[in-house]
Amino acid sequence: MTAKKVRVLVAKPGLDGHDRGAKVVARGLRDAGFEVIYTGLHQTPEQVAEAALQEDVDVVGLSILSGAHMTLVPKIKDLLKSNGMGDVLLVVGGIIPEDDAEELVKSGSADQVFNPGEPLDNITEYISGKFYK
Amino acid sequence: MDKDKLERITGQYEQWQEEAGKAKERKTTFKTVSSRPIKALYTPLDTEELDYEKDLGFPGIYPYTRGVQTNMYRGRIWTMRQFSGFGDAYDSNMRYRYLLDQGQTGLSVAFDMPTIMGYDSDNERSLGEVGRCGVAIDSLEDMEILFDQIPVDQVTTSMTINGPASILWCMYLANAEKQGISLDQVGGTIQNDILKEYIAQKSWIFPPEPSMRLITDIFAFSADHVPRWNTISISGYHIREAGSTAAQELAFTLADGFAYVEAGINAGLDVDRFAPRLSFFFNAHIDFFEEICKYRAARRIWARRMKEKYGAKDERSLKMRFHTQTAGCSLTAQEPENNIVRTTIEALSAVMGGTQSLHTNSMDEVLALPTEKAVKIALRTQQIIAYESGAANTIDPLAGSYFVEQLTDQLEAEAEEYFRRIDDHGGVLKAIDQGFFQQEIADAAYEYQLAVDRDEQVVVGVNRYNTGEKAQIELLKIDPEVEMKQVGRLKQLREKRDNDAVNRSLKALKDTAKGPDNLIPKILDAVKVYATEGEIVVALKEVFGEYKEKPLF
Repeated sequence: MTAKKVRVLVAKPGLDGHDRGAKVVARGLRDAGFEVIYTGLHQTPEQVAEAALQEDVDVVGLSILSGAHMTLVPKIKDLLKSNGMGDVLLVVGGIIPEDDAEELVKSGSADQVFNPGEPLDNITEYISGKFYK
Repeated sequence: MDKDKLERITGQYEQWQEEAGKAKERKTTFKTVSSRPIKALYTPLDTEELDYEKDLGFPGIYPYTRGVQTNMYRGRIWTMRQFSGFGDAYDSNMRYRYLLDQGQTGLSVAFDMPTIMGYDSDNERSLGEVGRCGVAIDSLEDMEILFDQIPVDQVTTSMTINGPASILWCMYLANAEKQGISLDQVGGTIQNDILKEYIAQKSWIFPPEPSMRLITDIFAFSADHVPRWNTISISGYHIREAGSTAAQELAFTLADGFAYVEAGINAGLDVDRFAPRLSFFFNAHIDFFEEICKYRAARRIWARRMKEKYGAKDERSLKMRFHTQTAGCSLTAQEPENNIVRTTIEALSAVMGGTQSLHTNSMDEVLALPTEKAVKIALRTQQIIAYESGAANTIDPLAGSYFVEQLTDQLEAEAEEYFRRIDDHGGVLKAIDQGFFQQEIADAAYEYQLAVDRDEQVVVGVNRYNTGEKAQIELLKIDPEVEMKQVGRLKQLREKRDNDAVNRSLKALKDTAKGPDNLIPKILDAVKVYATEGEIVVALKEVFGEYKEKPLF
């Protein structure tokens, strides 16, 4: 394990207010030893990318339950790239139908999409696996 | 019960306990979905203090523990009201007419996120969200399309709208007038519960103070002009969905209810002038008995406090009427067909608990908005409970059960304890500001997730009997064209309407917002000249400002 803690931005882009999942995941990641920053609700893609830059994070986790994921995720990915943060690990959770999840990963917008019912351990292990080898 | 008999039963109970203690149990503790420990057996010893006349009484009679109507479902079955809305007003109008044709008895409008947050469809913030999780409504024109060929004097409509509730309500009323229906003939509900937005659902616009003013303005206007309207639906549903326990849902919802009563009284209204139109909205989660007890306790607490603390005299002010929706958060993306079974159990608890109206979730709602087929099964579930199961034959059928009466008392006591803690924080608004509710709910949600992850809480198909199969069901897709079409129609509207009239109405609205007068007539004027929702919200934001939350997790 490296000495530096992995920094994760948990973000709620879009207009929906369903923050249960984002907050549970944020807490699970913190308890698993990550440095977690939570943006709060109703963030624009620009605000998410700016927070990622300011906080110098290694991972961005997006929670979207409004159905706007096909618009918001690619937009955030592009903004991260133009901030020179194209290599940040980008994971998504929420209500994301299977076909959309596949497309987001295939197109390179997201590295991984977690579905409802995913155990917290799977999420922390996935992220740990990318940084601590 | 006489003393000798009680002593005998105590002795027999202890004997039984000793015998039962010898046999091994499957688990060390048995808990509800809210982590409440449940005993192996309940006996007359648990209900020793129960006073039938004082604590239960008769249906339709104070304290209404057994129900708010004297004959309950023997008179009329609950209203079957499926929450629905997607795409644009044309798409949703078709779905409503389909549901009415299938025997649904009331409408319930789901708005899209931009409408809920007060943005027009062409706002930058609405990009990708138009018509996605509800119907897009920008102006009176959309409302006219939404209710085309639906007689709003015969069908009651519930609208899930909070921050901009006053605006959407005015559009509904203006449309009714255009259909030639006078406002005293129009019935329905607006959710209009801003407190639970700050606490749980998190769709707010204005800060608490002006939001509470809009709500009391609605109370006053409705009492004078729209007497059949339920001006607020005080909601525990979202508090529960955000992860609260049953006791928290009960306590926080009722605390919000009392805060609205106090706001109305402080605005100079007589309690019996507005309290009869207050209604409630609860969650029906999967723990069957705990849910039933929650509804029974809710009615009793409301009646007692309204009478004793707030001095209500009109019995309609004491009767808690409520809508129930089965728990979206209990559904699973894995093997979604199982959700039909979960929803059936939950719906049955709402009926045993005496609900006035009910929404049953569709099996696919954990994945997308429901298809026509899925929503039809959900409606049929209610119809089977109503007409086949026998559950509607007798009133409050579980009353007198040692377990149910003890749990009802326990929930009431826990709610009273929460009311004390909220008072210690200085009331509901101060407790919100201090993050009290938000932290309590976040803690409960996290505890639940850990219990699921540790397999202490079994979710079939998720942490037990998980086959890893992918869900094979058809999902409703929203055409991205909807957004372009809606934005196009909005552009046309802005060109063809009388823009001078719009500007005058918005100026008059802002002037009124700065003073003490009721805002509803000004909002009605603005929607009638086709000012858009977003324009009205912008005007009010200039005077009221916007709410910001301190994020915590």
